[in-house]
Amino acid sequence: MGSIALENVTKSFGNHTVIPPINLEIEDGSFVVFVGPSGCGKSTLLRLIAGLEDTTTGVIKLDGVDMTDSIPAKRQLSMVFQSYALYPHMTVFNNIAFPLKMANVDKATIDQKVRDAARVLNLTDYLERRPRALSGGQRQRVAIGRAIVRQPKAFLFDEPLSNLDAALRVNMRLEISELHQQLKTTMIYVTHDQVEAMTMADKIVVLNAGHIEHYGTPMELYRTPANRFVAGFIGSPKMNFIDGADAAKFGANSIGVRPEHFRVSRTEGTWQGRVQVAEHLGSDTFMYVNVDGLGLMTVRAEGEEVINPGDTVYLSPDPARVYRFDKAGVSIPTN
Amino acid sequence: MARAVSTQRKWTVTIAAWLVALLIFFPILWTILTAFKSEGEAIAFPPHLIPTWTLENFFEVQSRSDYFRHFFNSVVISVGSTLLCLLVAVPAAWSMAFSPTKRTKDILMWMLSTKMMPAVGVLVPIYLIFKSLNLLDNLFGLTVILALIDLPIVIWMLYTYFKEIPVDILEACRMDGAVLWKEIVYVLLPMAVPGIASTMLLNIILAWNEAFWTLNLTAANAAPLTAFIASYSSPEGLFWAKLSAASTLAIAPILLLGWFSQRQLVRGLTFGAVK
Repeated sequence: MGSIALENVTKSFGNHTVIPPINLEIEDGSFVVFVGPSGCGKSTLLRLIAGLEDTTTGVIKLDGVDMTDSIPAKRQLSMVFQSYALYPHMTVFNNIAFPLKMANVDKATIDQKVRDAARVLNLTDYLERRPRALSGGQRQRVAIGRAIVRQPKAFLFDEPLSNLDAALRVNMRLEISELHQQLKTTMIYVTHDQVEAMTMADKIVVLNAGHIEHYGTPMELYRTPANRFVAGFIGSPKMNFIDGADAAKFGANSIGVRPEHFRVSRTEGTWQGRVQVAEHLGSDTFMYVNVDGLGLMTVRAEGEEVINPGDTVYLSPDPARVYRFDKAGVSIPTN
Repeated sequence: MARAVSTQRKWTVTIAAWLVALLIFFPILWTILTAFKSEGEAIAFPPHLIPTWTLENFFEVQSRSDYFRHFFNSVVISVGSTLLCLLVAVPAAWSMAFSPTKRTKDILMWMLSTKMMPAVGVLVPIYLIFKSLNLLDNLFGLTVILALIDLPIVIWMLYTYFKEIPVDILEACRMDGAVLWKEIVYVLLPMAVPGIASTMLLNIILAWNEAFWTLNLTAANAAPLTAFIASYSSPEGLFWAKLSAASTLAIAPILLLGWFSQRQLVRGLTFGAVK
């Protein structure tokens, strides 16, 4: 079991409120990603759950039990840090064994569990090495091994892939997702990378200035974002926003069109523009089109599309996929 | 051409460094050489650079004032005060490094400021306290006072080392189920071993060389090697060769300790100076 509930949790540092009252329910076994821009409070929220920071007010429950005032050691949660946070003076074996030693597990069981974890994470050949003799990916796997070995109620990941290069990040992303499928333990994962959020999460919490802007499945967030902030944050490349008279035609204060929801034509369309930059990725072509009166629009077209900078194109939004927002930036539901 | 200039410059700097080192080391060398001379040779003018190599002074010094008892006292006082200091300083530095408050820096500065006070300013009150507690000429009393005197420097040094340890690692340790004492014993101390070792060495050297309190608060029973040297400066005049023999015997252990641990000491003193 590993359900987590936050009830009216707040956090302030002096007079500065980082987390205004937050309520959140995380179901047992789910993979929840906290995503948001730098400084939005996602790491603070994770640290509150971990017990590494004290809440200012509110209650944190683990499996229905109030753990607000419990020290981290008593919460039975495991955490993987961005910096790996391995013990440099211990071998890989001892790093992974450390939580078991702290729990006074007998030697034979420790040996068995460490070797099992090492096998799952392909670390068997490195058990006698020190962390400094490992690559970034291997170090992160040791950190994960240390987290899984004691079968916690939930795993907390604090931007664990940020220090890895792009290729390794994709591999580790897959490994963590597979691990979740195998273990079926609750995982909370903090990232500022919305691609990681979309690809890994069962549910995403989008945070902005400590507020939960939207809590839902990745596709809910993509299809029906709660507001303009969520719409702009989820999806890559970012959604294009149009204000003023062009938005008023759709009965909204502002509208949003995702790059993949434009129809591109050489001859006719809603808006005329000139291609400023065209990025040919093979599978897709991303165009940055300067539309008169609207500014720069990002457009995703077929990979085979032959488009060059300076070309004139016409853009038409797919009417069924135009996101409408009111003056406060809240989504206007489609009738 | 550039290489020739660079080589010349390197030689000049090397020779200058050796000269300065020799200048600094000369008094110690001269003391050691004088220890092996006869009293007459020690005051001869022009001075004899190479002694006649007699051990007479060492035998006389030992028979007159029991070097080994003083040596034992010095070991007890310096090692004891260092251990006592660490016992207080490790938790204090941990708390300041990892749970700082608004006033932590002020407390650190205040502690350091106590080192700027002349020791003689508190001699009378401390002497009277020691007298009333029956701690005069007592090894325990001297160990405590030397621990207190060096405590600010030890806390500062440990604080600097602890600040270099990433907080993430200690937090990971807490998440792994370690309570405070386990966090300190299993993670903090092993990671800070180089820093603690340098701090211990420096404190042992400081305590070994401390002369003000050891001379003023001891007479015979607890007198360490500093008192042993001082006993050779008498109103009847100085016996240079014997004084030198006593000094050589007094400084030899700490000189050897310093020599073998110089790498650790230099690392300790410059730790945190550059990233």
